[in-house]
Amino acid sequence: MSSMWEYANPKRFMQLSGTVLPWVSGLAALCLIVGLYWGFFLTPDDFRQGSTVKIIYLHVPSALMAINAWIMMLVTSLVWLIRRHHVSALAARAAAPVGATFTVIALATGAIWGQPMWGTWWVWDPRLTSFLILFLFYLGYIALWEAVEDPDTAADLTSVLCLVGSVFALMSRYAVLFWNQGLHQGATLSLDKEENISDVFYFPLLVSIAGFVLLFVALVLLRTRTEIRARRLRALIARERMA
Amino acid sequence: MIGLLRRDLALAIRAGGGFGLGLAFFLIVVTLVPFGVGPDTAILGRIAPGILWLGALLACLLSLDRILALDWEDGSLDLLATAPIPLEGVVVMKAAAHWLTTGLPLVLAAPALGVLMNLPGPGYGWLTLSLALGTPALSVIGAFGAALTVGLKRGGLLLSLLVLPLYVPTLIFGAEVARRGAEGLVIGAALPLLAGISLACIALMPFAAAAAIRVNLR
Repeated sequence: MSSMWEYANPKRFMQLSGTVLPWVSGLAALCLIVGLYWGFFLTPDDFRQGSTVKIIYLHVPSALMAINAWIMMLVTSLVWLIRRHHVSALAARAAAPVGATFTVIALATGAIWGQPMWGTWWVWDPRLTSFLILFLFYLGYIALWEAVEDPDTAADLTSVLCLVGSVFALMSRYAVLFWNQGLHQGATLSLDKEENISDVFYFPLLVSIAGFVLLFVALVLLRTRTEIRARRLRALIARERMA
Repeated sequence: MIGLLRRDLALAIRAGGGFGLGLAFFLIVVTLVPFGVGPDTAILGRIAPGILWLGALLACLLSLDRILALDWEDGSLDLLATAPIPLEGVVVMKAAAHWLTTGLPLVLAAPALGVLMNLPGPGYGWLTLSLALGTPALSVIGAFGAALTVGLKRGGLLLSLLVLPLYVPTLIFGAEVARRGAEGLVIGAALPLLAGISLACIALMPFAAAAAIRVNLR
């Protein structure tokens, strides 16, 4: 019986990710093309919001992945701190810029939607504000990785920052609720609600969410593979200097 | 541990320790605000609690790298790490010294600067109280940031980038207490929440900071 920890071995990880990556990328492209085309061109306009409602197919999935990317970094940071698997630390490092990009996409699409609907590009609404703060956390995390030279020290420090940052990001999320009541509507999707948005919009949204999840997995795998290769290269150069 | 606190305080107060720099910075920030927003006393009075909180926060931030950097450079941090007192205790004492030399003077100076900013009458007590409750949290969170960046040559700007997002909840509740106090509203849950954040930070952040110092000393 093989366990998931086998893939903590960089060699096994490279083998598996090498075979999986083309499939994940292909599926991501397929889901994104189908989901976005379906959402943009084959759904009716909303009777109040007109065609602006269609930005939901970019906004909701990217916002979802912006948070999930941080959660993934939290888990991989914990794995690194507890079990010292280098692949895990590198995966956290690889996920951060992807998560930051999703955060920017969510903020930008929200602003583009908010301009005609709320009459303003930006309001200091709790959800918007906490996303901006999340973006700052991503920036700090990435900057710390870049600043520390020794890779193991960098992995340790960023992992501690990720743990502490998670607590503070969560606190900020609820603190801004206290500070300002919002314009942003409630959750579009949730598992415990009888009825989410109507089916016409719901199914293409699910497909594009699947596409964003697969895109995230593909990008993180690709970037982790790059990090592993860069580290191997550095080890080779160091060995050559020693010889 | 008390000895360590005394040593840090003495180092900060004597020449070259930078004692009072934070206070001067606070004064300058508050002086510059009217140049930016105009001398209208009504507007200044409205934004006074927020400006005073922001000024105190920035003054605190400015002196954070002093918490550990000097001890790192001359090697006393290595000695402290091998000393019989736990590293977490060292962090608490370092943060306490930082608070006594930066936070406490800010708290005491805030009402005087409140006069400059035309802070409404009932706001003074609440402003001082909220700063007194909130600045310890700023010092302890700052000690964590200083611990993360202590090994870096040019950590100053990175330190601000790491620490400022962590300051968000403290700032929100602290400024909220001061604002509600100044406008004569009911203070409500903001005050206990501010105190709670402060206490939780004092209780938990030293562990994270000590972990970061251990990594950096490795």
